[in-house]
Amino acid sequence: MKKPLVKVDVVEASSKKSKNNSRRKFIKMSGLGIAGTSFLLYGCSEEEFDPGNPQSPSNPDPMEPTDPGDEVFDLGSGDVGILNYAYALEQLEAAFYTQVRAGGYYAGAPQEEKDLMDDLYNHEVIHRDFFKAAITAAAGEENTLPDLEFDVSSIDFDSRDSVLATAMALEDTGVGAYNGAGDRIADATYLTLAGKIVSVEARHASAIRSLINPDSADFAGDDIVNPENGLDVAYDPSEVFDIAGGFIVTEFTADNLPEPMTGA
Amino acid sequence: MSIIKLLDEFSSEKLTTKSSSRREMFNTLGSFGKKAAAAAVPFGLATSGKAKAATAAFFQGNSAVDALQLALTLEYLEAEFYIKALESGVLPAGRAETVYMQISKHESAHVDFLRAGLEGAGATPVESPTFDFTAGGAFDPFNDNGIGQETAYAQLLALAQAFEDTGVRAYKGQAGNLMGTAFLEPALQIHSVEARHASEIRRIRGLEGWITGSMRGDGMPEATQAVYDGEENVMQGGVNVTGLNFADPIVGDVTEAVTQAFDEPITAETATAIASLFIVSDSDGDDSDG
Repeated sequence: MKKPLVKVDVVEASSKKSKNNSRRKFIKMSGLGIAGTSFLLYGCSEEEFDPGNPQSPSNPDPMEPTDPGDEVFDLGSGDVGILNYAYALEQLEAAFYTQVRAGGYYAGAPQEEKDLMDDLYNHEVIHRDFFKAAITAAAGEENTLPDLEFDVSSIDFDSRDSVLATAMALEDTGVGAYNGAGDRIADATYLTLAGKIVSVEARHASAIRSLINPDSADFAGDDIVNPENGLDVAYDPSEVFDIAGGFIVTEFTADNLPEPMTGA
Repeated sequence: MSIIKLLDEFSSEKLTTKSSSRREMFNTLGSFGKKAAAAAVPFGLATSGKAKAATAAFFQGNSAVDALQLALTLEYLEAEFYIKALESGVLPAGRAETVYMQISKHESAHVDFLRAGLEGAGATPVESPTFDFTAGGAFDPFNDNGIGQETAYAQLLALAQAFEDTGVRAYKGQAGNLMGTAFLEPALQIHSVEARHASEIRRIRGLEGWITGSMRGDGMPEATQAVYDGEENVMQGGVNVTGLNFADPIVGDVTEAVTQAFDEPITAETATAIASLFIVSDSDGDDSDG
């Protein structure tokens, strides 16, 4: 398989804009406030961001700690880039469910829902650690995304509504991320692997949605499955980072991810 | 009659007779690979009759088109099943009926979407086979033969679970055949919808939304075991996942959790064999407007 090139960058102060952009969109999509600090960069096209956004500081925060010696990991190119991308999302999901369990679940959680949270925790930890092993084996430790740090302080882990809403956002985002990544994968084995995982994420999303609104069509609601053609969401990496970036503290870049093969 | 036969007839005869000069097409487009041609035809793009005939010839034996024809056949089965379920009067009002209505909407949309996609690519969509949801009298899910509402309802749920879990595995098994084509992404988008459906149906039946080992789950007829065989796999990308040193401890049985965390594909042959249980005869396989 191809050896990816890892580009190491120093994050520039201009990443502030992407941070605020991510935060704004996440709030819009999930209704949750994000208190985390993320410096996530993606695609690196500044013009994608709204320079007129009043929330964007016009100059870098002078209090922002800078560490010129700090090298930032890039997800890489080709299939390894996509695997690292998936690994980042699985790290986030695993961290979230770990925290759900660490806090003794949410207030009033019945055993059935604790069991369900245990299952989701298991699956995401397995996905995460599988990716770590698989990427390390394929591309070496130096090309494997490091353990990320997350800031989940915006989530009220004692509140069922807050936990389930976050779980739904993460699972739906995972589904869309894998669906949107499939056409960027070159190796059929990796494509099938992604397929094996995405359907489990979709099973999760359905179950969480069913917990939030029982006896409804929300498990595959019109808000997430297009009612006209019956297609689920498919997100580009930039859309995924818009949604999930608010939780991610560790800086990394996604500058070399492969483009879709068919331009779809 | 099996779908395999139906697909064979479709790919080996109907198209050839319809467009006389397949060889000529290959000569004309000789420098393009089949996948490159597929990639150039977006899903649902309407083309002229002449272009359709030309592309149909080109597509003959194309693995991507075969994959879509299989998908369409499975969607026909699901779409008709949910329509008949909703008409049967067997479903209780409330959750089951709401869920079946939503799924029915999606499966019918998938049929339309796949037909349009195939036509847009210049291929002739297979016509719907004739289905027998009693599987030769083994079931009575619509209570047509008076098995009683309660049993019929249980069978409606069991069959829905089998169809959805089959759909998830079948689409997954065809992803590789769609690589490099404009059909891959929409197929993945259908695949995850089938998984959402499967999870909800399983939960209505009192199961978890995911599959443990190769267990079909309480109350599932033995005839559906083929839907779950192979789901016990723990080898992923050459790695025995149960042997990983997990950084956070797995709750409960590791092997069970690992099998839940990965859904497994099935081949076209397995998918057709499962679906064939519910097919009594194919249509004439020809599409007059293709």
